[in-house]
Amino acid sequence: MKKPLVAIRKISKSFGEFQALKQVSLDIWPREVVCLIGQSGSGKTTLLRCVNQLTAVDSGGIWLDGELLGMREQGGKLHRLSEPEIARQRLKCGMVFQRFNLFPHMTALENIIEGPVQVQKRKASEAKFEAMELLCRVGLAEKANSYPSQLSGGQQQRVAIARALAMKPELVLFDEPTSALDPELVGEVLAVMKELATSGMTMLVVTHELGFAREVADRVVYMDQGVIVESGSAKEVLGSPREARTRAFLAAEV
Amino acid sequence: MSNAPALAEGFPDLSSLRIARESHWGRWLTAIIILAIVVMIGRAFAQGQIEWSYVGRFLTAPVIVQGIVNTMVMAVLGMALGIVLGIIVAIMRLSPNPVLKSVAAGYTWLFRGTPLILQLLLWFNLALVFPTIGIPGVWTARAVDVMTPFLAALLGLGINQGAYTSEVMRAGLLSVDIGQYEAAQAIGMGRLHALRRIVLPQAMRVVLPPLGNEFIGLVKATSLASVIQYPEVLHNAENIYYANSRVIELLIVAGLWYLLVVSILTPLQMLLERRFARGMVRLGR
Repeated sequence: MKKPLVAIRKISKSFGEFQALKQVSLDIWPREVVCLIGQSGSGKTTLLRCVNQLTAVDSGGIWLDGELLGMREQGGKLHRLSEPEIARQRLKCGMVFQRFNLFPHMTALENIIEGPVQVQKRKASEAKFEAMELLCRVGLAEKANSYPSQLSGGQQQRVAIARALAMKPELVLFDEPTSALDPELVGEVLAVMKELATSGMTMLVVTHELGFAREVADRVVYMDQGVIVESGSAKEVLGSPREARTRAFLAAEV
Repeated sequence: MSNAPALAEGFPDLSSLRIARESHWGRWLTAIIILAIVVMIGRAFAQGQIEWSYVGRFLTAPVIVQGIVNTMVMAVLGMALGIVLGIIVAIMRLSPNPVLKSVAAGYTWLFRGTPLILQLLLWFNLALVFPTIGIPGVWTARAVDVMTPFLAALLGLGINQGAYTSEVMRAGLLSVDIGQYEAAQAIGMGRLHALRRIVLPQAMRVVLPPLGNEFIGLVKATSLASVIQYPEVLHNAENIYYANSRVIELLIVAGLWYLLVVSILTPLQMLLERRFARGMVRLGR
């Protein structure tokens, strides 16, 4: 029987009074590219961060590869996992941040091999070789020894993508990866993401780039006020939305 | 037709004129006045009741040189203890665990809240509270034998320094962007691993200037250990002037040594700062 790679079931999350997620459920299938769209404050980034456990859910559950994230069921109650167990679970998904978050005191190459060498305890020579391959893949082989401060925003984000891939994740999460970029640099990052999607990587992408969603996404999910309003193929959701709220959002975006 | 935009009339061409040098009369005047004051103070000291030959003679006396060596040994060991304690306490202070947090806050409160000289005297007189120390049945010793001036000074200065350094370290840790913690977590690092590899190296850059300040302060604070008979430079200078009554001359000797040490430390700090500025774009300068 086919199983989703990520199964999100009735998760809720509040920040004080503000309810960011209200009983959200979603499946992400292997090799699928899912784009999350919606206004800021709609809960899409919170949903993404819950999958990587940078934000802990208040209730509900997320299963990655069949394993419940962040909690263990025992005696009819849920117990939070210890920090090392959560760190181990995080290895299965890579994350690309809106503001890149490269380590400024390390070169591009050092950024990429940090996880494989320090966390996965792989041989430095082997990790370096693979890192160079990844840098070639994102078109930055000649920038291996540059520090982040010497790179443009688009180049930094491409290094950040290579850093996420170096961990050999089963899923890559993108949190508005082009929102902090100058308009002329957006294209180079989207091109790398497109290539990654074609290669069969499972991707969950929070984005405002509707063009990218239309072209690359297998599924587009529109969120508003902490709930999923509409979900379907890019053609359905972006082309002929059923819900009035989706239509209003799309009209405002264009 | 030229490609240049049309310009309005009435504005003269200044592009061929040079900008004249400013004369800065005020600066010259103040410099001369200050120089005159310095010369007068210098002459007053030269003609005052100071035997400068004593200063020259005792500057390199073995007891004095041994004293400054002891001062530096104590300052370096005390700072090392202070930095280790400071990092541990800063991490405890920022931990989500309320027990660790309170212990860290209590430590800082206690050791910043009492005078250093009082703490030194307490450590040195520990034998009055605990005549014997150790683990019963395994190892015990008389406290008077264990608590030498050296150990008392090290504990007093190092533990006190740790309380101040922890706040410097905490400022450094807080200066690192939260996104750096998250990126470290996203590649599977635990809290302490992320602190060691990602956050502390970046915090060091921010922490070095105030840490240099703290170290210079500690070099001079070692002079307080003279009250518990630790043979640092001021203590040895005092011992000499108790014998020969050349008080001012020996105080000048000690003062010159402190100035020399601090003058050497400043460029050393700049070297360290450059080391930790790796990957950082220098603005201005």
